[in-house]
Amino acid sequence: MHMATTVLDRTRTLLAGNIAGERIAANAEEWVASATALHGAGARLLTLWGTDDRDRDRCFRIYAAWLHAAGLVVLEHAIEDRTHPTYPSLAELFPAAGRMERAVYDLLGIASTAPDRRGWLRHNGWPEDVFPLRRDFDATRQHAVQSLPYAYVEVEGDGVHEIAVGPVHAGIIEPGGFRFSVVGEKVLRLEERLGYTHKGVARRFQGMPQASGHKLAARLSGDSAVAFSWAWCAALESIAGVVCPPRAAALRGLALEHERLANHLGDLGALGNDAGFAFGLTQFSRLKEDLLRLNAEVFSARYLMDFVVPGGVAADLPRLASDRLYALYAHLELAAAELRSIYDEHAGVQDRFRETGRLDRDTAVRLGALGLAARASGIANDLRADHPWAPYDRLDAQSAGQNGGDVAARVQVRFDEIFESLRLCRMLLAELPEGPVRTAVDAAEPYGMGIGVIEGWRGPVAMVLETGPEGTIRRCHAHDASAQNWPLLEYAILGNLVPDFPLINKSFNLSYSGQDG
Amino acid sequence: MFDVLSRMVHTGILTDASATDRLQQQIRSVLGRALCIRQVDAGSCNGCELEIHALNNPYYNLEGLGIKFVASPRHADLLLVTGPVSVNMEEALKRTYDAAPDPKLVVAVGDCGACGGIFGTSYATRGAVSNVIPVDHTVPGCPPSPQAILDGIFQVVRSQL
Ligand code: SF4
Repeated sequence: MHMATTVLDRTRTLLAGNIAGERIAANAEEWVASATALHGAGARLLTLWGTDDRDRDRCFRIYAAWLHAAGLVVLEHAIEDRTHPTYPSLAELFPAAGRMERAVYDLLGIASTAPDRRGWLRHNGWPEDVFPLRRDFDATRQHAVQSLPYAYVEVEGDGVHEIAVGPVHAGIIEPGGFRFSVVGEKVLRLEERLGYTHKGVARRFQGMPQASGHKLAARLSGDSAVAFSWAWCAALESIAGVVCPPRAAALRGLALEHERLANHLGDLGALGNDAGFAFGLTQFSRLKEDLLRLNAEVFSARYLMDFVVPGGVAADLPRLASDRLYALYAHLELAAAELRSIYDEHAGVQDRFRETGRLDRDTAVRLGALGLAARASGIANDLRADHPWAPYDRLDAQSAGQNGGDVAARVQVRFDEIFESLRLCRMLLAELPEGPVRTAVDAAEPYGMGIGVIEGWRGPVAMVLETGPEGTIRRCHAHDASAQNWPLLEYAILGNLVPDFPLINKSFNLSYSGQDG
Repeated sequence: MFDVLSRMVHTGILTDASATDRLQQQIRSVLGRALCIRQVDAGSCNGCELEIHALNNPYYNLEGLGIKFVASPRHADLLLVTGPVSVNMEEALKRTYDAAPDPKLVVAVGDCGACGGIFGTSYATRGAVSNVIPVDHTVPGCPPSPQAILDGIFQVVRSQL
């Protein structure tokens, strides 16, 4: 790393957020040099986004955030060319940046120097010279969809043929496009096309009152509602200088672990089913339902869409909730342990799980894998352990880890995390601090920036918030680790058989809505 | 194998029997066979899908009711659609609707499917499912409970009596 060409060793501003972070301004040259230095230091790209600040200082801006040993680093690059705003691509260093850069272009018309100019979020549903996140965009206008084919990369060769799937799938799954190039039944290449569930969330946030942003955040991906709404509230609270009361932090932790448990239980059942073991689905879906029903009792909702609110949580636990919760944890622990040994000893299931959809560690590192999928390929990473925020700062959460990188490893990570979550839930409950569950959050100062990053069940979710005048939101960028992890699936499937795709896909279970935004 | 059997015995039967019988009879009297449902996620946040999935768990036991999810709209008596309908899914939703045989029953699930929900209409969404295809019944909620979804399906089936 060369001192003259990187800004990492100079001007730093503290970044508001639930984990330690710094924000550094960079010109185009420094943008690349700093990213290179970060790459060399093993930092992992968390997210990349842009802003239209022409109303304030006649600039567009591009930002990127990385996770590294000390926390978060955000690089900020102001682009003065308003006619053809361009910045150097980071995709060569961080492959996951490629799609994020395409998304930035679709929303803001700020182009990276990468050669792939295909729309990612824009599927010709609005004109190509219209950019929804520009401040002069007419948000009330609806445009007719112009139906044009997508330029999937062609694979040539003897006996290669293409199978196109989606966007509507056979099961009850979110929509997305998959194009397989196969020889016989063997997959030579998979290309994903996402963006089908793009709902214009970033635009919807713009101008919304800060007091209601958590509701929209929770609905970025319904299976990660707690993670997203917590990340959002953490961003707002850090800008406003509010500390969530300890009891509220503990209850948020409890809710997040319930969310993790519910998803892992659901996935383990579905994975058993995809491996031809319907018994697994029956058992695990029952356990998940038991958890959701208790959620309805103690959190007033099966899915906690509106539980995490600015300054705390919506309501305290009802009286005697602990007894019910402890009983549930005991029931889940016993059943999950029993089912784990059934899965482990079932030859048919293991035959489908082992060596299927293998993602080796080097590829996972190169692609910038995060969260659960990374943990199954030998990459230790879990924000609850690495950069613990309240209440995790007193829980000593243990990160799961497996080296196999196959479906079996992703199954084992889920089992390990179920038991660790149950341990954390019991600790949270046993040491639940007394006191209020919510504190007032006044309108934050305009033009503040904060980032909330929470380890959801798939991996980190991030919410970047910029405040506007009079308690409004100026800009909000949401990110789900699925954006990094979708490309992993394109590698994990290689050399596998097409009929194994549903199983492999489920073993990652990535979010469409969370990545589409 | 013994483990599996002992867990099955342990779990027992979880479905609420009387409600089940009633619904099953109604479906049979209308269709003379199982009700086939095609689910279409037309842009949802996936929350509604989770509750639709739950219908397959042993508490609701959808298959036992004589309702099954099918992979093709061509075999569907009913489309269960979640929204808000994203602009990027508009065409796929219309195509699915066109492919379904008459009477093309449609239940729009969730606040988003019913009215656009928190996303409303914008450059990226058309809002309610009924803005894109005809809808017979809506099930509000965010997400609606499995029971509410079941009731919605039930109402539409009954309207065909
Ligand atoms: S109604 Fe709620 S759960 Fe359903 S898609 Fe809309 S936001 Fe998600």
